[in-house]
Amino acid sequence: MKSQPATVRIAAGQGFWGDWLEAPYRQVTGGPVDYLMMDYLAEVTMSILQKQKSRDASLGYARDFIPLMERILPIVVERGIKITANAGGVNPRACAEAVAETARRLRLGGKLRIGVVMGDDLLGRLDGLLARGHELRNLDTGRPLSDVRDRVVSANAYLGAWPVVDALRGGADVVVTGRVTDTGLTLAPMIHAFGWQPDAWDLLAAGTVAGHTIECGAQSSGGNCLVDWERIPDLANVGYPIVDAAPDGTFEIFKHPGTGGRISVAGVTEQLVYEMGNPTEYITPDCIADFTTIRLQQKGKDRVRVSGVQGRPATDKLKVSVAYFYGYKAVGTLVYAWPDAYKKAQAADRILRQRLADLGLTFEAVLTEFVGADATHGPLARAATPLDELPEVQLRIGVRSPDKAAVERFTWEIAPLILNGPPSVTGFAGGRPKPEEIVAYWPALLDKRMVEPCVEVVEV
Amino acid sequence: MKKVRLLDIAHARSGDKGDTANVGLIALKPEYYPILVKHVTAARVARHFKGMISGPVERFELPNLHALNFLLHGALDGGGTISLKTDAQGKVFSTALLRLELEISK
Repeated sequence: MKSQPATVRIAAGQGFWGDWLEAPYRQVTGGPVDYLMMDYLAEVTMSILQKQKSRDASLGYARDFIPLMERILPIVVERGIKITANAGGVNPRACAEAVAETARRLRLGGKLRIGVVMGDDLLGRLDGLLARGHELRNLDTGRPLSDVRDRVVSANAYLGAWPVVDALRGGADVVVTGRVTDTGLTLAPMIHAFGWQPDAWDLLAAGTVAGHTIECGAQSSGGNCLVDWERIPDLANVGYPIVDAAPDGTFEIFKHPGTGGRISVAGVTEQLVYEMGNPTEYITPDCIADFTTIRLQQKGKDRVRVSGVQGRPATDKLKVSVAYFYGYKAVGTLVYAWPDAYKKAQAADRILRQRLADLGLTFEAVLTEFVGADATHGPLARAATPLDELPEVQLRIGVRSPDKAAVERFTWEIAPLILNGPPSVTGFAGGRPKPEEIVAYWPALLDKRMVEPCVEVVEV
Repeated sequence: MKKVRLLDIAHARSGDKGDTANVGLIALKPEYYPILVKHVTAARVARHFKGMISGPVERFELPNLHALNFLLHGALDGGGTISLKTDAQGKVFSTALLRLELEISK
């Protein structure tokens, strides 16, 4: 029996698919850590990956995870750092095989075990579930999934920390998963290291809060932080956050010495409320965490202590994320310059809308924004800012429709305005906008017993 | 009575959940939190965002963090990939809320 470590250090390496490629390398080289946690999956990501897999059965995972592993595997093997990552997308097995192949090429054979967590993918089981009365009603609209069944692109249950724990218990050094929750990737190493029980709700909630704190990468270490933002040092070298977790459920957030950014109570608080719903019930597959019980304390420079977290039993449901084909959209932009920049952009918008009407085109939505005047703050900005003297305004107009031809026709109506509309217009170098397919997100709940996580650990 | 701009007593971060934007509003000093609780009501925030959101506003209190959490329903033109908005994920509703001016007793 291994003795229990005093603390476990879990470093965040990616806050989303496309996050800073340097971050994971710096996390494993900048100082001692025990785990590297990387979150790749946003709601739309699964549908993108499912499309890639449908074209090529060997794809469907975050492909840049492989060159990243090539860069850091020799380091993590040497230092005994373990990795948890949901980079497996809709094809975790192929992802794990690609990692194994990379490891063999690096002559790490015999030194590495790879865990694969599967069982989240429900696409092939949907009709069976619907037939057995699991309606997968949309959590926002209440509509049953049968309404859009023929347009479904992907369907995945959110798995929690426990299958990742199983992989770690099986000796995995790198755990590659499908749709495991962001927080589960951080909680699992704590459960594994400290032997937390499945009904230790306060501890599981504490680990979940730790996961939420670092799941968006540098958003808790000085990135995107409004407080005193101009004085946050050296964001060019921002240090990503690391959880230093204790067996009693308390933990500290810190970053490697010599890195930029800032870890403060204010910044951690901003991250805690990010994407927050009802703070007394942050629901995951593992527990319900109560964010109104969290205590924060600045323990020193760039170190915040988190304590007091309380939790409640998990529900008997899992969240399911379904992606379905919705329709088409396109967005066109033109830039109008002083004088009367705002008025010219408004005139161009009126002309464009009249032309769309004259063509008999109808859309589910037509949205105009004037970037530089009101795109982000709407009427609040118009009321607060004099609009007559703006140096330039970008007209940004978008349309949405189930009819691809209508969206396509709209895209031909932007460029003509350059020569046949209001004057002083530029900024059209991007050319005609392209109609885009909309794959929309359908959140639902499913009885936990319907989902059987599957874990494999293979030696390289 | 004096006028106070929310920007001077609070900071904020926002995100999305479907067509709902959330704004976490945090007091810059603990002693400002009661001001937020008293003045920045769900009704006041709904009035502030009139014309920008189509649904109701919910408010939750986090006294431990000196923070309020607001859910602005129908704020994102359908949200996610459906939305045509620049701010489809509600990332800067936070600063739009900080424009709010309060009338507080001295």
